[in-house]
Amino acid sequence: MKREMVTIDGNEAAAYVAYHVNEVISIYPITPSSTMGELSDQWASEREPNIWGTVPHVTEMQSEGGAAGAVHGSLQRGALTTTFTASQGLLLMIPNMYKIAGELTSTVFHVSARSLATHALSIFCDHGDVMSVRSTGFALLASNSVQEVMDLALIAHAATLKSRVPFLHFFDGFRTSAETSKVERLSIDDLKKMIDEDLVRAHRARALSPDNPIIRGTSHNPDTYFQAREKINPYYNACPDLVQEVMDKFAKIVGRKYKLFQYEGAPDAERIIIIMGSGAETVEETVNYLNKRGEKVGVLKVRLFRPFSLKHFISEIPSSVKSIAVLDRTKEPGALGEPLYLDVTSAIASAFSNGMLKIDKMPKIIGGIYGLSSKEFKPSMVKAIFDELKKSEPKNRFTVGINDDITHKSLEYDPKFFVEPENRTRAVFFGLGADGTVSANKSSIKIIGEETDNYAQGFFFYDSKKAGSLTISHLRFGPEPIRSPYLIDRANFVACHQCSFLNKYDMLSVAEKDSIFLLNSPYPKDEVWNQLPKNVQQQIIDKNIKFYTIDAYDIAKDIGLGVRINTIMQTCFFALSNVIPKEEAIKSIKKFTEKTYGRKGEKILKMNYEAIDKAIDNLYEVKVPEKATSSFDLKLSMPEEAPDYVKNVISKMIVFKGDELPVSAFPDDGTYPTGTTKWEKRNISLDVPVWDPEICIQCGKCAFVCPHAVIRAKVYPKDALKNAPASFKYVEARFSQFKDYLYTIQASPEDCTGCKLCYETCPSKNKQDPMLKAINMEFKDPILDREKENWNFFESLPYVEREKLNFSTVKDIQLLEPLFEFSGACSGCGQTPYVKLMTQLFGDRAIIANATGCSSIYGGNLPTTPYTKNKDGRGPTWSNSLFEDTAEFGLGMRLALDKQKEYAIELVDKLKDDLGKDLVFELKNTNQDNEAGIQKQREMVKLLKAKLKSIQKPEAKDLLSLADSLVKKSVWMLGGDGWAYDIGYGGLDHVLALGKNVNILVLDTEVYSNTGGQMSKATPLGAVAKFAMGGKSTSKKDLAMMAMSYGNVYVAKVAFGANNAQTVKAFLEAEAYEGTSIIIAYSHCINQGYDLIHGPDQQKAAVQSGYWPLLRYNPNLEKEGKNPLQLDSGKPSLPIDNYVYNETRFKVLLHSNPEIAKKFLEDLKKDIQKKWSFYKYWSEMPVSKEGEK
Amino acid sequence: MIDLSTNYMGLKLKNPIVASSSYLWEDSKNIKKAEKSGAAAVVLHSLFEEQLEIEQEELNKFLLQGTESYAEAITYFPEIKEFKFAPDEYVELIKEVKSNSEIPIIGSLNGVSDGGWIKYAKKIEDAGADALELNIYFIPTDISLNSEKIEENYSNLVKSVKQKIKIPLAVKLSPYFTSTPHFLKSIEKAGADAFVIFNRFYQPDIDTQNLEIKPNLVLSTSEELRLRLRWAAIMYGKVNPDIAITGGVHTGNDVIKTIMAGAKVSMMTSALIKNEIEHITKVLSEINEWLLMNDYKSIKSIHGLMSQEKVLEPSAYERANYMKTLGSYK
Repeated sequence: MKREMVTIDGNEAAAYVAYHVNEVISIYPITPSSTMGELSDQWASEREPNIWGTVPHVTEMQSEGGAAGAVHGSLQRGALTTTFTASQGLLLMIPNMYKIAGELTSTVFHVSARSLATHALSIFCDHGDVMSVRSTGFALLASNSVQEVMDLALIAHAATLKSRVPFLHFFDGFRTSAETSKVERLSIDDLKKMIDEDLVRAHRARALSPDNPIIRGTSHNPDTYFQAREKINPYYNACPDLVQEVMDKFAKIVGRKYKLFQYEGAPDAERIIIIMGSGAETVEETVNYLNKRGEKVGVLKVRLFRPFSLKHFISEIPSSVKSIAVLDRTKEPGALGEPLYLDVTSAIASAFSNGMLKIDKMPKIIGGIYGLSSKEFKPSMVKAIFDELKKSEPKNRFTVGINDDITHKSLEYDPKFFVEPENRTRAVFFGLGADGTVSANKSSIKIIGEETDNYAQGFFFYDSKKAGSLTISHLRFGPEPIRSPYLIDRANFVACHQCSFLNKYDMLSVAEKDSIFLLNSPYPKDEVWNQLPKNVQQQIIDKNIKFYTIDAYDIAKDIGLGVRINTIMQTCFFALSNVIPKEEAIKSIKKFTEKTYGRKGEKILKMNYEAIDKAIDNLYEVKVPEKATSSFDLKLSMPEEAPDYVKNVISKMIVFKGDELPVSAFPDDGTYPTGTTKWEKRNISLDVPVWDPEICIQCGKCAFVCPHAVIRAKVYPKDALKNAPASFKYVEARFSQFKDYLYTIQASPEDCTGCKLCYETCPSKNKQDPMLKAINMEFKDPILDREKENWNFFESLPYVEREKLNFSTVKDIQLLEPLFEFSGACSGCGQTPYVKLMTQLFGDRAIIANATGCSSIYGGNLPTTPYTKNKDGRGPTWSNSLFEDTAEFGLGMRLALDKQKEYAIELVDKLKDDLGKDLVFELKNTNQDNEAGIQKQREMVKLLKAKLKSIQKPEAKDLLSLADSLVKKSVWMLGGDGWAYDIGYGGLDHVLALGKNVNILVLDTEVYSNTGGQMSKATPLGAVAKFAMGGKSTSKKDLAMMAMSYGNVYVAKVAFGANNAQTVKAFLEAEAYEGTSIIIAYSHCINQGYDLIHGPDQQKAAVQSGYWPLLRYNPNLEKEGKNPLQLDSGKPSLPIDNYVYNETRFKVLLHSNPEIAKKFLEDLKKDIQKKWSFYKYWSEMPVSKEGEK
Repeated sequence: MIDLSTNYMGLKLKNPIVASSSYLWEDSKNIKKAEKSGAAAVVLHSLFEEQLEIEQEELNKFLLQGTESYAEAITYFPEIKEFKFAPDEYVELIKEVKSNSEIPIIGSLNGVSDGGWIKYAKKIEDAGADALELNIYFIPTDISLNSEKIEENYSNLVKSVKQKIKIPLAVKLSPYFTSTPHFLKSIEKAGADAFVIFNRFYQPDIDTQNLEIKPNLVLSTSEELRLRLRWAAIMYGKVNPDIAITGGVHTGNDVIKTIMAGAKVSMMTSALIKNEIEHITKVLSEINEWLLMNDYKSIKSIHGLMSQEKVLEPSAYERANYMKTLGSYK
């Protein structure tokens, strides 16, 4: 039977099988496995049945720990159950994995293997997570390619039923999981044939049932635990043979043959590599290449790593082997070797000693590490390893792919070594995030993969910024199956979809001789050459590159497609690359366009058809001159005044040359300097804000709302203007405490992301021209140099003394220096204004514990980070522990601070005679409730330190190391709703209950924003999110009400767009409160689906409709006989429709299921009314002193 | 017993009151209420040309916004296979209403261009609508566009829509034409079965404090009826299509005036928004009462009674009337 060929990625391949052979699916989002859960949720909501004709139940849990618990429970009741996860998520499942395996329960967990957070978090691939669970008793089965993911997923499900051993089926995250590849889809019939119905019933028969009661999960004593534990041995002994039987059955049904250990290469190989995961494909590709050229090498691909079958392993080792390299994609510091290496060494030694391995001499075995966090693993590196194996004393525990200049363990390799066949198209596309480049390429892969006999592969690279980011698509097409799971470094087609990138990245370095270069450029074909940097021109000439250009943005704009240039550029690719004849290609693009856009309406379809036709008409070849003529070149350098570390290390990462950095360039323990974003001038906005001092009322709202701290306000004495550039703008300051001062608002043009929130928020209109305000957006190019100079001068002006400011007014607050600037957050982000505000108010003494999520990515993702220091060198200090433990992590910081302060005071007392009583008194009694007090205490501590240096006592040395703890510190726990409402809620709740002096800032976007919008318990009723495709059917959890129930927690709900003064008040009160404070901050977000320029308006609508009542609950008020709950917003006055239907998350349900949407809206109305009445009642309850009613 | 029945574009109506196009009819319960209150027909809310396009564009834009830009969030919304847009809901509403109403239901399309959106005329017909009202709502802002071209566009649009459907077609127009009689004749030639006079442009207001343009919905008053009465009276007998008056009909007396001027039906919206849908019952009883009091047996008997061709002083509807009015004011 001919099976359907599809172009899908590894996640879809795994989810397809898992979904169809299970009854219950328990999920939780974590990159890069989230897609498997999302697809399952999607199929379930589309009522797609499994192989038994029933729709699986898909349930999102609050954490991976929760997901594993639910899996365990479901399995105990006999349902076929699965889950998907990766990295830390898998670690959270470990306790249940031991239980599930110990109880011999059939299940498969599908894991897209990802690095663990150690010195740093990484979302990319290695086997650190999988190797951490190798002792749980789960079988570990590795897939190396997208096709294998589909095949082995099914084999795993069949084998677990047969063996009763639970399986962890894994594949490389952000390689195989995200690689789009042409594969043969198993039919539902194949799935049915492979799943033994008797075994399914046997699984069900083992379930807990009150009709046939049993007990499982007992406690044992020393007399029995050991023996009972050994009882599982026969199952593990039998498992490998059973898996092979299943693989053989699969081969009979489907045709593809698999072995537990699969050898490929010369039968008489002397050197072999043993490896598992996608790297095995690279090794096999290289082995084939080398053997054709006379070498005798081979690769042993490990599929079933646990249970490790010595018999099957040894049977695959060629007797000719003399040296073996075992490659691990994980690092186990302190071990004798990495896990696979240790197992292989032990296996070979054992088989050699007992005669199982028929070989004269024990082969040399070396172990090496490759590919951590998706570090490239290429044929050139494989070649280097085989070369190393030739040596009489090859390096053991080597690394490959990096330059280790500290412990010198890395192997050198020849980057020019190349094994790919000549008849393959290799195309690389550089695009701007969200311009449609990636989706166009995915569509091209589908066209080629599904419309022709060619094989196709696509892999997509994204940078870590959320605004103005670079995407690089790597596409391969060819008549033979493609085994090249690595990036293209020799392309015969290069396209640059964003002209400005030409000045930043050396794109043509990947172009090979006689290749094609396609540039999307706003310049006419006769002018475009002169706009290229010299380096680019030279490469075009030297490599004889054919150069084409099109102004796709102009066409897209004209048609109404905005910045989506995907269809235009895709058409150009097909027109130039000749992968398919042009006419045929255009027909196919139109067919796929209909498939993609047809459901979105005729208008959209028509625009895309027009794009195809116009692309062909506007694509031009550029005549290449004989000589490079440009006087400018790639701008890769950093300014002179940048710190060395920035110039030498960070600058390389910025231009994607981080791979070239040696080990010595990095810190030992993951510690980096703060304040580095200021050196990465990204220049991503076409328009920048410009201030009109004549119109400005100096309210500071523009600076308040700016998500990237790009636009700032300062007051300064008149004489500070001495060296001001002529174009520098200023006006008399309108602040009562700054008489005769000047005032300036200035934007940093190179850091602006162009969100326009400042313009939108500015309340001051130009009375002569209502289109203009005090802040206006202007085209950047003509004013860039001028505004850069103005910004630099502005930066040189001092910030005013904090003590002089009235912290209760927004206007004054905006004169404080933001210690969080130019982050990589989305343009128009609704979270960062809160973070920035926190740093303005308390940043010079803030310690931040940050939950994993958006705020940890824009807060701490390399190359550059936004938390920065003031002129005194003080600023927020920041750390991210995990996703789930931020409250506990922050609490730990508080505990340490309190203890250190207590001990410091004890030491001060002990040294009182040396220090003098006045200093001791001041140190112990200075009131630090205000800026002046804090400043005074700092002076006292300075004095203390000076004195301590001359005191020759051990206590003095101790106190010197703790002296800073005498100055008040502000502990902040930051995170999103995924953390606070879901995964971290247990810890958060405990911290609330403890009452310690910590501040919790919940940046509530109402979904898991960082992983692409999965539902959290903060998601509102009726909103569509991933995992809630049919709209969330339950109400948003009222975290504020839950926190208030403790009575001694300061609680605030804020929305700066609705009332920024209330926001400021809440931050000040929360920080001043000597106990636990929580601020729940409405954060508009791209996940909500509207133009974020309207974010503040939506915040206003949320408050006016009663959806988001503003409130402050201050337990201190109760002591004064006042009601602690203050409602800061009025009775709902705006129909809820006027709020929700401005957002796609609600509106999309109207377009997919209008009946349900209407019902949810009614339910939401009732919910809002009910909550409002309750809050109102609470806030008006009479309270007497001491809390007596 | 007074006979209130009439005939509009071939539709048999039990009385001359038609609930005119408004947001009220987005909810089928309100349509039922109108029927119970005595409305002879309902013109559904309009399906706007811009709405069709903007809705699709916006949904597409925001479902794709920021996608494929960042590795952890390649997309922000789940992949939804099927979307229902306003026309789909509109069609469903017609089907639903037709299944449990006995009065004619008239669909309404609002637009200006001869574009792809007019295919919805056919969909409205297929869903069971008894007739279609085409509301042409065009504000010329282009200085190079002359009146001839505008009128030609109107004709072409009517022709295009007429070609798509078999059910009767009413054309709702604005009063701002240089030669209304000539223009209406050309629309008749293009295929109109009725004229609905006139649509009320929502006139924007200016917020002087915030220097902003504010959209402003002002409900009609009986005062606005006069413009319509004049043109109905002038056109009565000069054009074949039926005339419907909309804009300013609030009372039974207003209805009597519209029919006397030459309209076949009298359409109400503002009065129903202001006084609830049940207001129709009151208006009907006022009509009955008036006819009874004045010895008319049927509504048909007063049709066109006060039209220009029947009144003793036809100039009352012309400029002379204007002169007289000004004089009397003095």
